[in-house]
Amino acid sequence: MKIGICMKQVPASDTRLKIVDNKVALEDAKWEISAYDEFALERALVAKDEGVAKEVVLVTVAGADADGRLREALARGADRGVRLDDPAFQGSDSLGIARVLAAGIKAEAFDLVLMGKQAIDDDEAQVPAMVAELLGWPQVTVVDKLEIKDGAFKAWRRASGGTREIVEGKLPAVISCEKGIVEKIRYSSLKGIMLAKSKKIAVQNAAGLGIDPATVGAGAALVTNDAYGLPPARPSGRILEGDSATRVKELVRLLRQEAKVI
Amino acid sequence: MANTILVVCEHEGGAFKSTAFELCGKAKELGGDVVALVIGDVDPAPLGRVGVARALHAKGADVAVHETGVFVRVLEAAIAKVSPNVVLAPASPLGKDAMPRLAARIGAGLGSECTDLRIDGGKVVGRRPIYAGKALVDVRIKSPVELFTVRPNSFHAPPDSAATTEVTVLEVAIGDADRNARVTGKEAPATAVVDLTEAERIVSGGRSLKSAESYDKIIRPLAAALHATPGASRAAVDSGYAKHSEQVGQTGKVVNPNLYIACGISGAIQHLAGMRTSKVIVAINTDKDAPIFQHATYGIVGDLFEVCPLLTEEFKRVLA
Repeated sequence: MKIGICMKQVPASDTRLKIVDNKVALEDAKWEISAYDEFALERALVAKDEGVAKEVVLVTVAGADADGRLREALARGADRGVRLDDPAFQGSDSLGIARVLAAGIKAEAFDLVLMGKQAIDDDEAQVPAMVAELLGWPQVTVVDKLEIKDGAFKAWRRASGGTREIVEGKLPAVISCEKGIVEKIRYSSLKGIMLAKSKKIAVQNAAGLGIDPATVGAGAALVTNDAYGLPPARPSGRILEGDSATRVKELVRLLRQEAKVI
Repeated sequence: MANTILVVCEHEGGAFKSTAFELCGKAKELGGDVVALVIGDVDPAPLGRVGVARALHAKGADVAVHETGVFVRVLEAAIAKVSPNVVLAPASPLGKDAMPRLAARIGAGLGSECTDLRIDGGKVVGRRPIYAGKALVDVRIKSPVELFTVRPNSFHAPPDSAATTEVTVLEVAIGDADRNARVTGKEAPATAVVDLTEAERIVSGGRSLKSAESYDKIIRPLAAALHATPGASRAAVDSGYAKHSEQVGQTGKVVNPNLYIACGISGAIQHLAGMRTSKVIVAINTDKDAPIFQHATYGIVGDLFEVCPLLTEEFKRVLA
């Protein structure tokens, strides 16, 4: 079985940001693999450990600055990477990105595509379902347990109120991953880092993928973002005084009479 | 010209979820011509309470079990029938699963998990959090049909009005290709609670609880007394005090309650990412320098093992 992992390079989750010239400016941004994509990668590596998967291939839409993250993923045990890179892809919205990924995936004939349920920078959570639709494949999103064998999948997905749905279907499929799909992430060993140096990262552009530039990039984008801002500042809170019994009574009184939330 | 706004009305156990009323109410406030979409076996009549005059109802065996492919096919059929300018759905597991697939199918733009909607230049514009809520952005949709999912509890359901909802049955042809991901079972939790992402009140416990027993003894009764849903920090979940489905934060759930009580939680950025839009935040922590106090409306610098049981009793007394 050949598993494709769609991964995104994002600023580290604790990066501070400011708004400058109606754009987000990140302070000292360190780049990392988006957290949920890490769970997807680990799930594929577990499948490889178990002998279920023969090859784990990384796919990303990014410039050469993402190669560091690809090498990190290769060091953990992925076999090779494909970077989809073309000026025509710049400014793509989620649908544009999905179109590029779908083209890259079609060229590889994967049995299964895993990716995180959302990227931790834009938090849009659109690309997995869009890729599945463009490929005409089944999708299961927000999966925290996955069984794969014999051309079929069985996935547990998070529904409302702590309920999980069990969803089954045939491969190939797109599965978006939730925390919990693996117990923990393996990090790269020195040996893995050395081996990764000789693993291949292929680069594909629009022409190579057969993508019509008019269908991707800023020109094709249906979703535009503007008016970036910071969340409204909270007014200073109040620290209550007195012994515990007094403070508890005062808190409940304030919640009812001042905040009016109970 | 008013926008025709199709609102996906989610229901469970025979009753509409509050998101159905919140979104129908907001759609009316935006001056839209509101059409409610009801999928499955539930009576649309209660939607009249929020002034919905028209509803499309897809029912029968074909749509009885919610599956992605079936749901998207119904949405597609509803759009073809009503030609809405805007489709609103809750950013629930169901909405977040189906709406992007629909967007790709019909070539439309989708604004995900908006926390506000307004009219600008005659069109609906969404505002949504990015970078785990560290920034907000306006999202504008260029396609003829604008799709939005909305974070639960972003709007209040409007006061009751008495409208009669005119219901039209929506016939949808479901094909085998739509059934490519079958729901073959469900695992329900031991006790049914309002989903964290939809809860109006949440009580969360952190690492200071030191054990799962303490979490169960301190947090769960407090939540119950307040009619709240219990939550937990990542540290508490990683230590096994609570389940991951109860985790609030960047790699857990993003919540939007009216009241969030954080017990023994320091307030790391990643936790804040999950609850910063809470209307009122209460922090209980022994460390007066804990970052959570900078975000709390009310703070108690104290030991949760002493404060929380007293709070449970007081809520029981006042809310009885």
